[in-house]
Amino acid sequence: MRKPVIQFENFSFQYRSQTAPTLQDINLTIYEGEKVLIVGPSGSGKSTLGHCLNGLVPFSYKGKVTGSLTIDGEDTQGLDIFSLSKKVGMVLQDPDGQFIGLTVAEDIAFALENDCLPQPQMITKVSEVAKIVDMEPHLEASTHQLSGGQKQRVCLAGVMVDEVEILLFDEPLANLDPATGKYAIELIDRIQQETNKTVIIIEHRLEDVLHCPVDRIIVIDDGRVISDMTPDELLASPVLEQCSIREPLYVRAVKYAGCRLTPELRPAHLDTFQINACKKQLHDWFEKVDIPKARDKTETILELKAIDFSYFPGQPTIHDVSFSIQKGEMVSIVGKNGAGKSTLSKLICGFEKPNAGKIYYRSQDITADTIKERALRIGMVMQNPNQMISKQMIYDEVALGLVIRGVPEAEIKERVLATLKICGLYPFRNWPISALSFGQKKRVTIASILVLEPEVIILDEPTAGQDFRHYTEIMEFLLELNQRGVTIIMITHDMHLMLEYTPRAIVIAGGRKIADDTAVNVLTDARIIEEANLKETSLFELAVRAGISEPKQFVERFIAYDREVRQ
Amino acid sequence: MAVEMLSYIERKSPVHRLTGVTKLLCFLIWSTVAMLTYDTRVLLFLFLFSVAIFKVSKIKWKEVAFVLLFILVFLLINNLAIYVFSPQEGVKIYGTRHVLLDIGGGRYSLTLEQLFYQFNVTLKYFTVIPAALLFLVTTNPSEFAASLNRIGVSYKIAYAVALALRYIPDIQRDFRNISLSQQARGIDMSRKEKLSKRLKNAASIIIPLILSSLDKIEMISNAMELRGFGKNKKRTWYRARPFQKIDIITLMLFIIMLIVSLYITFYDGNRFYNPF
Repeated sequence: MRKPVIQFENFSFQYRSQTAPTLQDINLTIYEGEKVLIVGPSGSGKSTLGHCLNGLVPFSYKGKVTGSLTIDGEDTQGLDIFSLSKKVGMVLQDPDGQFIGLTVAEDIAFALENDCLPQPQMITKVSEVAKIVDMEPHLEASTHQLSGGQKQRVCLAGVMVDEVEILLFDEPLANLDPATGKYAIELIDRIQQETNKTVIIIEHRLEDVLHCPVDRIIVIDDGRVISDMTPDELLASPVLEQCSIREPLYVRAVKYAGCRLTPELRPAHLDTFQINACKKQLHDWFEKVDIPKARDKTETILELKAIDFSYFPGQPTIHDVSFSIQKGEMVSIVGKNGAGKSTLSKLICGFEKPNAGKIYYRSQDITADTIKERALRIGMVMQNPNQMISKQMIYDEVALGLVIRGVPEAEIKERVLATLKICGLYPFRNWPISALSFGQKKRVTIASILVLEPEVIILDEPTAGQDFRHYTEIMEFLLELNQRGVTIIMITHDMHLMLEYTPRAIVIAGGRKIADDTAVNVLTDARIIEEANLKETSLFELAVRAGISEPKQFVERFIAYDREVRQ
Repeated sequence: MAVEMLSYIERKSPVHRLTGVTKLLCFLIWSTVAMLTYDTRVLLFLFLFSVAIFKVSKIKWKEVAFVLLFILVFLLINNLAIYVFSPQEGVKIYGTRHVLLDIGGGRYSLTLEQLFYQFNVTLKYFTVIPAALLFLVTTNPSEFAASLNRIGVSYKIAYAVALALRYIPDIQRDFRNISLSQQARGIDMSRKEKLSKRLKNAASIIIPLILSSLDKIEMISNAMELRGFGKNKKRTWYRARPFQKIDIITLMLFIIMLIVSLYITFYDGNRFYNPF
C-alpha cells in the first residue's frame, strides 16, 4: 500500500480580497514518490494550489480555509510556514526574483544559514547538493551571470539542501529557451529517480513536460479538480480541449486526421505512441488538405546592414547582422537566452547605437535618428507590462503618447477610442488598470504603442506567461493588426508561436545571424536547432514516423489547417 | 548597460582579505580621527596613508572616478561657501592675520590663515572619502551583513542592508529600460524640455519603476520566507570569515593610530595645528 504524502479533503480557499473562493472542494491524494503534473488555464487556481502546499497560503496570502490539507501525516492548520518549508521545497517561477545570495554557493546555503548550521558542515553540504544539479564548478559565480537554465538549477539546489520530501515546481519552463527547457525536464526526472522524492510540476506547457514520463496529470479549472488521470487516458479524452490547454501538436494532428485515440495507443509520448493504427488516416489527411499559399513579396520597410554592437569593448554582443523586413510581414527572432535578440530590438528602436553598420527605414538611413524620431515609425512593446504602465486609468495610459505629442484633444479621443476597440478594450475604457489581468495589461501596452500609429511593432515575448486561451487571443489580435498592414517583429522562445504565426524566422546565436528562413525550415533543420537551442517540432517526427514522404509539407499543411479550424 | 556604481569589486588583495568586521571597525576609527582632528600633520599622514591603502587594494582610480568627481564638485561648492560666509574664520582660529590680497578693505581680504584653514577642510574630505569608497567597493555585501550581525546588529536589519546594496545595480538597469521605453513614447527627458515638464515626465518613469520594484520585493520576501528566513533568533553565515592574524594586526595598528593622532591633536589643548 502506497503512503499518501499530500491529502486534500473537501478543501476550499478564499482570498480575503475576493468574493468567491479560488479553490473549491478539492479532493486529491498524492502518494510518496509520485510524479504529478498539475495543469490548468490562467486563473484556474493552480498556482493557489501550489501556494497551499508551501504555506504561502494562508500565512502570506490571507484568506479563509475550509476542509483539510494533510501533508506527511500532519494537518497544515497546525503547522507554520517554516515547518512546511522543511517538507515541501518550492522552485518559484522566476529564478531572478528568488535569488537571495550574491553567488551560487551563498544562494544554495541560504536555508542552511537560517537553520544555524555551522559553517564547515554548510560548505560540505552545499557542494554535495551543487554536484547533484551539476553546478559544482560554478559555486563562486555571481547569480547574475548565469544562464537561464543554470539559474533554475541553483534554485532547485537551494530547496534541495533542506532535505525536503516533496519538490514543487511552479512553471519551470516559463523563462527557458526550448532546449534548456527540455534539459530541465530531464534533470527533474533524473533527480526524482535518484532520490525518490515526490515531484509536483505546475505547468501549462503540456507537451514539453511530457518529454519525460509523469504518473498522473491533474487538470484544474475554475478552482476545481476536473480530471485526475494518467497521461495516456487524459490525451485520449476531450478534457484538454474543454478547458483550453494546448494538447501536444502531434496529438492534435492525429485527431484532425480522424483517428480515434485510446489509452491503449499510448499517446503520452511520441516514442511510445502506436502510430500504426493511425498511419492510413494520416496519409489520407495529408493528401486531402490544401497546400498553403505563399506570401507575395512587397517593398522592404526595414533593413539592417552589417550591424556590429558591443556593451563592453572587445566583447561583441552583435556581430555582422544583416536582414531586411518586408512591409506587412510577421517575423520572429529566435535563439538562445542571451544570444543578443533583445539587444537587436534595442538597436532597431535606437535605445542603443550600433558601433558599425547602418539601419534603413524605407531605404532612408535612420542610424543617426533619435529614439523619439524612430518611435514615430517603430513601436516597441516590452515583455513586462508593469515596466511600461504609468497611469491609473486605461484611457489615460493609451492617450499618454498623444498628449505628450500635443495632439488636439478631439483627435486624441477619437484615436484612443478607435484603438481601444481594435484591442478589445473598449468596454473597459474607464477602468483602472490595476483591475486588469496580466494578459489585459499586455493589451493595454500594445494599445498605447498602436495608438501612435507606427508601421512596425516589435514585441518582446508577447505571450510569456499566458495560457492557451490568452495566447490565442493575443496572437489572433496581432494577426489582425498584421492584416491591417502593420509589420510585426516578435522576439520569442515559443516554438509553437513561431511555427503557427510567423511564416519567417530569423535565428540568432552568439550574436550572429545563423539562419533566415521559413519557420518550418528552421524547425526541421537539425544543425540550426542544435546551435540556437531550439527544439524540433513533434509534427515533423510524427510525419517521419508515419512514413509521409514530405514531412515538411506535412508540418506546413497542419499549421494552415489548424488555424482555420481554430478560428 | 548602466554603469554599476559603488558595487562590490572582486580583487585579490590584502584589503579584500580582511574580514568585513575589521574593515567596518577600521573605517569607523578612521572617520572618528578625521572628524575630530584639524591637525594638519595628522591629516596629511592620513591622506598619504589612504593613498597607500588604495594602491594595495588594487582598485583603480578609474573605477571610482565618477563618484570621486561628484564629491569634488561638492567640495568646491563647500569651499566657496565657507569663504563667502566666513572669510575670516582662519584668523579667528589661529589668532594672527597675514593679509595676502586686500579686497574691499577688510571682510573679504584673502589671508594666509583662511587659506590654511580651508586647505585643512579640503584635506579632511580627502582623508575620509577614499576610505569610504574603498570600504564600499572592497566589502562583499553578504560578508558585510555577516559582519554587522557579528558586531551586534540584528541579522534581519543586516540582511536588509545587504539586499539593498545588492539591488542597486538591478534598479539601475530597470530604470534604464523603463526610461528608454517611455522616451520611445515621446516622453522627453532631455534639456530641450522645460524643467516643469521634465519633472512631470519623470513621474511616468518613476511610477513603473516603483510598481516593478514592489513586485520584486513581494517575490523576494516570499522566497526568503519559504526558505526559513526569520525562523530563529540567530543564523549562521556561509560567507562569515573567522578573524585571522592579519585582522588582529590591522585592528591594533588602527587603534594605535587612533591614540597617537588624538594625542598629537589635543596635546596643546587645541584641535588645530598652528604654524603661525
